[in-house]
Amino acid sequence: MKQFAYFPGCSLEKIALSYNQSTVETTKVVGIELKELEDWNCCGATAYFHVDELLAYTLCARNLAMAEKENLDLVAPCSACFKNSYFTNQALKKDPDLAEHINVALQEDDLHFSGSIEVKHLLEVFVKDVGFEEVKAQVTHPLEGLRVAAYYGCQIMRPRKDHEDVEQPVFFEGLMAAIGAEPVPFPLRLTCCGGSLLISSREAALSMIHNLLKNADDNGAAVIATACPLCQINLECYQPQVNQEYGTNYHIPVVYFTQLVGLAFGLPDKAIGLGSELISATPLAQYAA
Amino acid sequence: MSEKVGVYICHCGSNIAGVVDVEEVAKWAGENIENVTVSRDYKFMCSSLGQALIEDDIKNEGLTRVVVGACSPHLHEKTFRRACSNAGLNPYLCQMASLREQVSWVVEDKQAATAKAKAMISGAVRRVQLQEELEPTEVPVNPATLIVGAGIAGIQAALELADGGYPVYLVEREPSIGGHMAQFDKTFPTLDCAACILTPRMSEVGAHTNITMMTYSEVEELTGFVGSFHARIKKKARFVNEEACTGCGICIEKCPKKVIDDVFEVGMGMRKSIYRSFPQAVPNTPVIDTESCIYFERGKCKACELFCPTNAIDFEQKDTYLDLDVGNVILATGYDLFDVKKMPQYGYGRLANVFTSLEFERMCNASGPTDGKIVLRDGVTEPESVAIVHCVGSRDENHNKYCSSICCMSALKFGHLVMEKTGAEVHSCYIDMRTNQKGYEEFYQRLLGEGMHFIRGKVADVTDAARIKEEEGKLIVQVEDTLLGKQRRIPVDMVILMAALEPRYDARDVGLKFGISCSMEGWFTERHPKLDPVATMTDGIFIAGAAQGPKDIPATVVQGAAASARVQGMISSGMVKIEPVVATIDEERCSGCRICNNLCPFNAIEFLAEKEVSFINTVLCKGCGTCVAACPAQAISGAHYSNAQIFAEIEGLLYDVYSSNGHKTAQPEIESVPA
Repeated sequence: MKQFAYFPGCSLEKIALSYNQSTVETTKVVGIELKELEDWNCCGATAYFHVDELLAYTLCARNLAMAEKENLDLVAPCSACFKNSYFTNQALKKDPDLAEHINVALQEDDLHFSGSIEVKHLLEVFVKDVGFEEVKAQVTHPLEGLRVAAYYGCQIMRPRKDHEDVEQPVFFEGLMAAIGAEPVPFPLRLTCCGGSLLISSREAALSMIHNLLKNADDNGAAVIATACPLCQINLECYQPQVNQEYGTNYHIPVVYFTQLVGLAFGLPDKAIGLGSELISATPLAQYAA
Repeated sequence: MSEKVGVYICHCGSNIAGVVDVEEVAKWAGENIENVTVSRDYKFMCSSLGQALIEDDIKNEGLTRVVVGACSPHLHEKTFRRACSNAGLNPYLCQMASLREQVSWVVEDKQAATAKAKAMISGAVRRVQLQEELEPTEVPVNPATLIVGAGIAGIQAALELADGGYPVYLVEREPSIGGHMAQFDKTFPTLDCAACILTPRMSEVGAHTNITMMTYSEVEELTGFVGSFHARIKKKARFVNEEACTGCGICIEKCPKKVIDDVFEVGMGMRKSIYRSFPQAVPNTPVIDTESCIYFERGKCKACELFCPTNAIDFEQKDTYLDLDVGNVILATGYDLFDVKKMPQYGYGRLANVFTSLEFERMCNASGPTDGKIVLRDGVTEPESVAIVHCVGSRDENHNKYCSSICCMSALKFGHLVMEKTGAEVHSCYIDMRTNQKGYEEFYQRLLGEGMHFIRGKVADVTDAARIKEEEGKLIVQVEDTLLGKQRRIPVDMVILMAALEPRYDARDVGLKFGISCSMEGWFTERHPKLDPVATMTDGIFIAGAAQGPKDIPATVVQGAAASARVQGMISSGMVKIEPVVATIDEERCSGCRICNNLCPFNAIEFLAEKEVSFINTVLCKGCGTCVAACPAQAISGAHYSNAQIFAEIEGLLYDVYSSNGHKTAQPEIESVPA
């Protein structure tokens, strides 16, 4: 059994509860043990790095140091948590002066950053640490004929990592194919969902969401799979507003990839948080265990 | 008997004198350094009056050694050695100290610069007294030349040499000569057709009595040295007897197997299994592609053999090897195109109507796969709008940092051809428009007048994900127009990617084979970027054309001609002088360990099995000193760079720290000498 330090992040506590549930359940099936950090804190989300970089680094470094104490690589299911933790880990490894500075603050908590672990997104754990073969082996209810738009969002592929195709990645589609679903072409799969732009510029954000929904719909997607709570909220909750603004009639369920994986593994709906959607995931009903 | 050293400090106008107190250095050297008989400073030592100073002093003062503190020896070492030689002093008894490049140009503080100049002169004076008289060896030059690569650079070089009356062996990897230029349609900025200007030269090569053309051939090995190289050429089997074949083409007509032509037509068109690359191919003898030929696959067919009127088809033909003796080599191996699939954001291979620049060239070409019609991938629809993406793989930190230099002009040419042939709207997305040769800027102005749209910005993305009705079914080019400061989405029918020029995929191996070096990117390195652009650090090996770096046709032709002029110079002088600064092995001390054998970058060291010692071929040796440093038995010594000479120079440089007997002096003259 492979162990990881688990950093669920604020969203998964409440608004993305189903992501948390399905993550915990599906990882169990493929033999991954997630040990939740005992006293994790917010990653700073999309805003804090622009307000105070040093403090933002410190915030993330605290989570990293806790994972280091356990001697486990850190896994985040939320793309913002992943991106901030990954960036911080890279920045502090590269700049020993900065790390030393931050370690003074961490000392208060009896913690120390040394750069001994890696930060991974949950999707990466399924793709690389578990692998498509193992995923396939656990599938009992393949999602045959389910047309899925695999939506990466913008934060998983940036920062650029070595030897990875950041422009046209295909691993998310690969995972969807591994559970028997049919990934559709989705050219805008790396394009931003608008993030927190809805707060400051509703018009611009709705246009970005509209582009994504239109692109998924044009390509015949029955469902959009996401790997980020913010993407999920933007694409799902604002569909009615997009419809109103653009005169469209979209009704596309937006679920977490772990929910689809769980469905294929034959886990009951309740265990993977299905049934709490705003846009009911009816296309998934036929695959239920 | 002690030596009599003359020291000459050059002002180089104000280049040196502006920073270094040259009078003080000259005076100090004359008064303080042992064995300095004469010490002078002069405005320009390289002038004829400056040289005369040295010559007169050698004659009148009986100087036995000369030190010139001036520019880098790269520039004027020959000048001062010649001056010594004129006055009867062996030229290798002259030493230069680089007071300009290593002192006045890099040290700002005048006092520190003067101190450093003194140290360098002191080092040179100590060293020069231990230098020995050396004599260059002379070897004859074989008048035949080997030219590798028969694109326009190789063709130009071959014709110039052959017209001059010298024999040329022209080796080409592909079945026909012509290179990339044969694939093009029009040439910028004059828009004359590439084939119309190239094919006459090709047939001239084919008919020239002084040119031995070897197509479908490669150089296997090159040994020897300037003046007398030996090359082994592999002639790949064509399965068509070149003497018997008349080039009638019936075999091609009758061949039942059609395959995609990935080389000449870059995947845009078909050819038969027996084929010639293009109608005007030289030689016109076809080749059989064994990978697709039905006979080679299944042992049956031989349609070509059946119909050939001269019995030229020979399925039993084997690769043959030829050994050539040549005096010089010109490498004109050209370039490869950047693989645009490395930039998946531009959609090549995924979005049908994204084309590479070379594909577009073939499409425009009247004898190309679409008979010169500009159409979408479906083969019939004319585009109504076209976007040209510049700098695909060029000027890009992730791929190639350099500018590929020809793409801006090609893009303008493409724009003109699209508008002329289809009337479509053309959008060119560029980073900077680079049109800096004769007639080029005028061509840009012409296209501005013709109504081509120019958008200054690097394209972010090419996608088929439409946002609005006008974008449906189109390719959308997402680009920031940096002059407007706005993001733009341009819906078009066709996208052309101006792919970067890259070194040949095997350029490094070719470099090794011919004993020359490549730049970081893989372009062949010239001896001097400005003053010796077609020679290399290996005597007798010259480079020409895009193998040295991205360049357009005029510049390529210039280099082909320049390389042939250099070779003609070597041939007409008949003999070549070989620099005597070489390493030699003391057989008594050599243990035969062979460590040096593989270290030599010039393949100059061989192992004499009988004597069990290594031996340096002094004609090949460049005196780099690698083996000297590596030899564990100190059996190798480098002429002009002996241990004694180098240590003397170091001691001289440290004159203010160490006294002449090697003990530290109590009070250094200057507290800190800048590095």
